[in-house]
Amino acid sequence: MSGRSFIRVLVAKPGLDGHDRGAKIVARALRDAGMEVIYTGLRQTPEQIVEAALQEDVDVVALSCLSGAHNYSFPRVVELLRQQGGADILVLGGGVIPEEDIPALKQSGVKEIFTPGTTIQAIVEFIRAHAIQR
Amino acid sequence: MEEKKPSERKRSFKNTSNIEIKRVYTARDVTSDDSAMGLPGEYPFTRGVQPTMYRGRFWTMRQYAGMASAEESNARYRYLLEQGQTGLSVAFDLPTQIGYDSDHSLAQGEVGKVGVAIDSLEDMEVLLGGIPLDKVSTSMTINAPAVVLLAMYIAVAEKQGVPLAKLNGTIQNDILKEYAARGTYIFPPVQSMRLITDIFAFCSEQVPEWNTISISGYHIREAGSSAVQEVAFTLSNGIAYVQAALDAGLRVDEFAPRLSFFFNSHVDFFEEIAKFRAARRLWAKIMTERFGAQNPRSQMLRFHTQTGGSTLTAQQPDNNIIRITLQALAAVLGGTQSLHTNSRDEALALPTEESVRIALRTQQIIAFESGVADVVDPLGGSYYIENLTSSIERAAAEQIARIDAHGGAVKAIERGVMQRDIQDSAYAWQQQVESKERVVVGVNLFQIRESAPRGLERIDASVGERQKARLAALKSRRDNAKVQAALASLTQTAASNDNLMPAVLEAVRTYATLGEICDCLRRVFGEYRPEATLT
Repeated sequence: MSGRSFIRVLVAKPGLDGHDRGAKIVARALRDAGMEVIYTGLRQTPEQIVEAALQEDVDVVALSCLSGAHNYSFPRVVELLRQQGGADILVLGGGVIPEEDIPALKQSGVKEIFTPGTTIQAIVEFIRAHAIQR
Repeated sequence: MEEKKPSERKRSFKNTSNIEIKRVYTARDVTSDDSAMGLPGEYPFTRGVQPTMYRGRFWTMRQYAGMASAEESNARYRYLLEQGQTGLSVAFDLPTQIGYDSDHSLAQGEVGKVGVAIDSLEDMEVLLGGIPLDKVSTSMTINAPAVVLLAMYIAVAEKQGVPLAKLNGTIQNDILKEYAARGTYIFPPVQSMRLITDIFAFCSEQVPEWNTISISGYHIREAGSSAVQEVAFTLSNGIAYVQAALDAGLRVDEFAPRLSFFFNSHVDFFEEIAKFRAARRLWAKIMTERFGAQNPRSQMLRFHTQTGGSTLTAQQPDNNIIRITLQALAAVLGGTQSLHTNSRDEALALPTEESVRIALRTQQIIAFESGVADVVDPLGGSYYIENLTSSIERAAAEQIARIDAHGGAVKAIERGVMQRDIQDSAYAWQQQVESKERVVVGVNLFQIRESAPRGLERIDASVGERQKARLAALKSRRDNAKVQAALASLTQTAASNDNLMPAVLEAVRTYATLGEICDCLRRVFGEYRPEATLT
């Protein structure tokens, strides 16, 4: 563990989806819970997200997608992180994601998927339990 | 002896706009100014825009639909029309909404997902195949590239032999709320406003029955705003469009009758009814007092309503049918001109055909069975509704003044004012849900153990590849010299002050693609790149 006492999180919106209410609420709540949060804004490619994650030296990448493109973008982020030396970064996903897609997403390396109705508290606790501080 | 205060469930009762609700309302809570209320069909239209309302004809039942390819969406539209739907509402996929063809690298994983993929006039011909455009009105949820999709619609009408004067429909064409809340912008504000006023000018001459804009509070509300903020920001955006058109040299009564609006119907039943009434009255005053509109049609706020998507729960999804019913009823009691009822499964996926049918039947039961459509504005004169209508109007007028003080909607959005307010409200809402101060049935109270829902709608994963193949075939078949000439002429027009609509129409007729046309405009106009803001 490094000397940093807080967890650093990148909240990212992959793809063309403009629904950012959830991403912004999560970002703000994680900040209120004492984490350091960077929000990418809309329309990020997996390449841009991974570049930002490595540059910002984050412990967690939290992806939000409500457009149905999660099966493409989430695994792609994990894959690029592994290729570029970010294999230990915790990757989480959230949004309108059908239950039946979740096993394959987890298999690809997304640690957890949070669907509608999830409490902020549950997300905070999950990150605290699973993030490896760099 | 001091009288003991009877106990109540809460210390204070408030609606989503933070307006305190009293225990009971009496004649003392209603203004004595009868002119504020008036009669349906009369200024300031508090009670409705027509004297007969649904006694004349019901609202248009218009279900927003579109997915995968043009063929699949066309089949859904024909199904809905067979089931008694009275107007079409086209959902486009995100690449289409942001002006990318299906083979663009940013379109990966998004083609056909949240709506239909339209790359060229060829797709539009398939989408509207067998649908008589002189009889069916069509609403298209398209904003940044609205000029292109409208041109495609016009080109299909020409091929069907339908005169433009008979075309009836709506393009959303509301870029300001894209910057503030919805996210499908392409060009910077000044150039976007020019596209919008070009459409106003073209349609007022050529397509007189077309609703050239649908100024939308729906997405502002979905992003988390209160009811008052929804009214205030929507009307502020409306003011900016009217001002832009006046600045472009148009006369108010030429274009204002074709302005239309789009609102959310959310969880608080009476607040929503009052909101629709307040919005109508406020807009009538703005158009008359600020802009000097003379034509009553310029003063009327006509609107479409959609029930609140973000109020749907993934938990116990059939409960959503009841939520949607209440929200639909509020829209009807508030005097909507058209209505989309959401489907019960939309917190999980795109709706199945069965779910969409139930949603449409909900409207039909309200219209044909409940009796609420037999009388105009039945809640007019209710102490509570009239008081709340005035409260919302007053609070929204204050917010509009605040936006004015920032220099209007465009400036306020550039400074992130609306965005911050919306985010703050969204965050407060979430905190209320988490603390259970706000109950969401099945989510934070009355939960059950559930198994994953079955039989959800899935988009065929091959749609992206199919669409790319179709695009490649089109590009090798069409007359590419003609396409290039049309695109060159479009680029020239974009750099001038001439109306862009004829040049876009010409390019569309040559089967230039949406992406090719938008790329020409990107080169001349540049692209909007917002700062990512967190409050």
